[in-house]
Amino acid sequence: MSTESPQSPKRSKRSKPAKDSALASGPYAEVDPPSTWAVAAETEYDKQRAPKVSYRQDSLATRLLNNRQLGWVGFAVAVIAPLIFVSTFAVGVMTNAMIFVMLAAGLNIVVGYCGLLDLGYAAFYAIGAYTSGVLATKLGWPILLTIPAVVVGAILAALIIGGPTLRLRSDYLAIVTLGFGEIVRITANNLTPITGGPSGIYGIPSFSIGPLDFNPVKNPHTFYYLVLVVVALAVLATSRLGRGRLGRAWRFVREDEDAAEAMGIRTYQTKMAAYIAGAIIGGLAGVLWGMKQTAVSPTDFTFLYSALILMAVVLGGMGSVPGIVIGAIVISALPDLMTGIGAWRYFIFGVLLIVAMVFRPQGVWPYKARERPGTRRGGPTEGPYDESSGTSAEVTA
Amino acid sequence: MMQLIWSGLFVGSFYALVALGYSMVYGIIQLLNFAHGDIYMLGAFIGFALLAAVGGIPASMSIVALLAVMLIAMVGTGMFGLVLERVAYKPLRNSSRLAALITAVGASFAIEYGMSLLAGPNPEVYPVQLSGESFTVLGARISPQQIILMVVALLLMGGLTYYVQRTRSGRAMRAIAMDPRACLYMGVNVDKVISLTFFIGSALAGAAGVMAGAYYGSITFLMGFIIGLKAFTAAVIGGIGSIPGAMLGGLTLGLLESFGAYFLGGQWRDVFTFGVLILLLTFRPTGLLGERVTERV
Repeated sequence: MSTESPQSPKRSKRSKPAKDSALASGPYAEVDPPSTWAVAAETEYDKQRAPKVSYRQDSLATRLLNNRQLGWVGFAVAVIAPLIFVSTFAVGVMTNAMIFVMLAAGLNIVVGYCGLLDLGYAAFYAIGAYTSGVLATKLGWPILLTIPAVVVGAILAALIIGGPTLRLRSDYLAIVTLGFGEIVRITANNLTPITGGPSGIYGIPSFSIGPLDFNPVKNPHTFYYLVLVVVALAVLATSRLGRGRLGRAWRFVREDEDAAEAMGIRTYQTKMAAYIAGAIIGGLAGVLWGMKQTAVSPTDFTFLYSALILMAVVLGGMGSVPGIVIGAIVISALPDLMTGIGAWRYFIFGVLLIVAMVFRPQGVWPYKARERPGTRRGGPTEGPYDESSGTSAEVTA
Repeated sequence: MMQLIWSGLFVGSFYALVALGYSMVYGIIQLLNFAHGDIYMLGAFIGFALLAAVGGIPASMSIVALLAVMLIAMVGTGMFGLVLERVAYKPLRNSSRLAALITAVGASFAIEYGMSLLAGPNPEVYPVQLSGESFTVLGARISPQQIILMVVALLLMGGLTYYVQRTRSGRAMRAIAMDPRACLYMGVNVDKVISLTFFIGSALAGAAGVMAGAYYGSITFLMGFIIGLKAFTAAVIGGIGSIPGAMLGGLTLGLLESFGAYFLGGQWRDVFTFGVLILLLTFRPTGLLGERVTERV
């Protein structure tokens, strides 16, 4: 003790300036320091940040997987697949997988980007399928015209559920969405005059444009390509959203809500935006599902289904678009390809969720932040949550 | 009218028993234990297995047998809760809330479908049925088994209140709920107390499971799902984290449901319950007895 005590004040004196410079070039440098700092620390700042960000030692595989052309490769595979597996069954399985990808992409906004656990996502799916199904069969609307109604319905539902719960701790949202999923299913089951009760709605029509008839029964291939285009657009949209200014706000809220709020992000509105965006995509996926099946019934929208979508997002890699696409395809196609595992499937999924969270919480194919120096042109000099200025700079990444 | 109140209170006492475990765990480590409803299911199945193994219990002994089985099932589910906490929740205590929630959902899945693999997916008929002449008090038909089950539930709740308010480890629990880090500094064995909380909460759920099995007569591997949701609703109604709140919330929810089902029709009962939950979170998220909790950074 006595030998150490004279040294300790010296050490603390020496360490102080070092700490200051670390502040200027470290995490604080990221948020555009005030001009006085910037001048003082400029050389340090420039020297340190460029190599730190762009030349990280990535393995060849990682660079390959993070390649921006990957999306096109995936799309090409999806285009070619039905030309190789031509049977109606195979195309049906692939169509289902595509719709499931869309659901996973929608849930990814809520769970992956924003970190809100939604356990009743199938409710939006059901709202979409039922809204369009009821309007098309009972009122005879053309199916394309029901889409605006579906969007409105999904937004309303998101406002009703998200409104009260997003102000509270995120745990509440989890259980309220679980209850909401049940409410929607039970309502669909009980409201026989409108929803057809337990037997559901039959004869949901499709549509055709000129010579292209998107009837899923007569032309499964044509319908598959319709679904593929819609799903690809949805996936692209969620991916772009996730990389834009709003997407970074979502990630910030997920990482630390209090810090995000302190930085000027309106967390409630941000979370609401994620929830609504997820709801719209879920509702639109429901329209596709109704057209594909030509019928919907309450048993399509149980908690199990919500849990499966969640599984795809969590195991694939929360927030990572390629991860959740692969996760969704695997989870949706597995039971069709491997019959006979039955109850084991859900048991294994449950165990996998625990194992994944304990050992690899970022998922099989995690999201990696890909911000390069060049992408910060717009920079956070304007308000941190401002749609108009940031997007163009960010998307070029 | 009296009938509605009585059946509401009776169902509510089940909810309260399950809600207690939810609320205790939440109060201490701020984790929503989704698997809690499945522990209730597990209790019902342990009771079922024991009763089926013993076989042929005379009707006069059924209450004694049931209570004995209930105690064993409580120990069994309590131990299971301990293992669950150690395997699934403890490694994640310092990670994000989302990770812990997802783990809890996974645990719930694993328990449900693990049980369906073990016991088969079909409902089982409980081997012990409580029967007796029902009698009428103030216009409500009350059966003796209802009274017995309710007395047991009240005894369990009373015991828990005594334990938490009057004993040394109960005091440790309350202290950890306030500030786990300070407890660590003060020499409280935080891990041990958290394990103990899981044990007690799971044991209470197990007891409720055995009672529900004996009362309703049939059990399935999915029976924990809805009751878990309702127990959470009850816990929120009372103010989550508060033990008297969970009891009060359970009884309130039972009454609400009983009246809601009467006026709206039985098939809308669950919709009504969750509707109440959403309304409550809109207007009074802290529940009846909850205090305003500010989120700590």
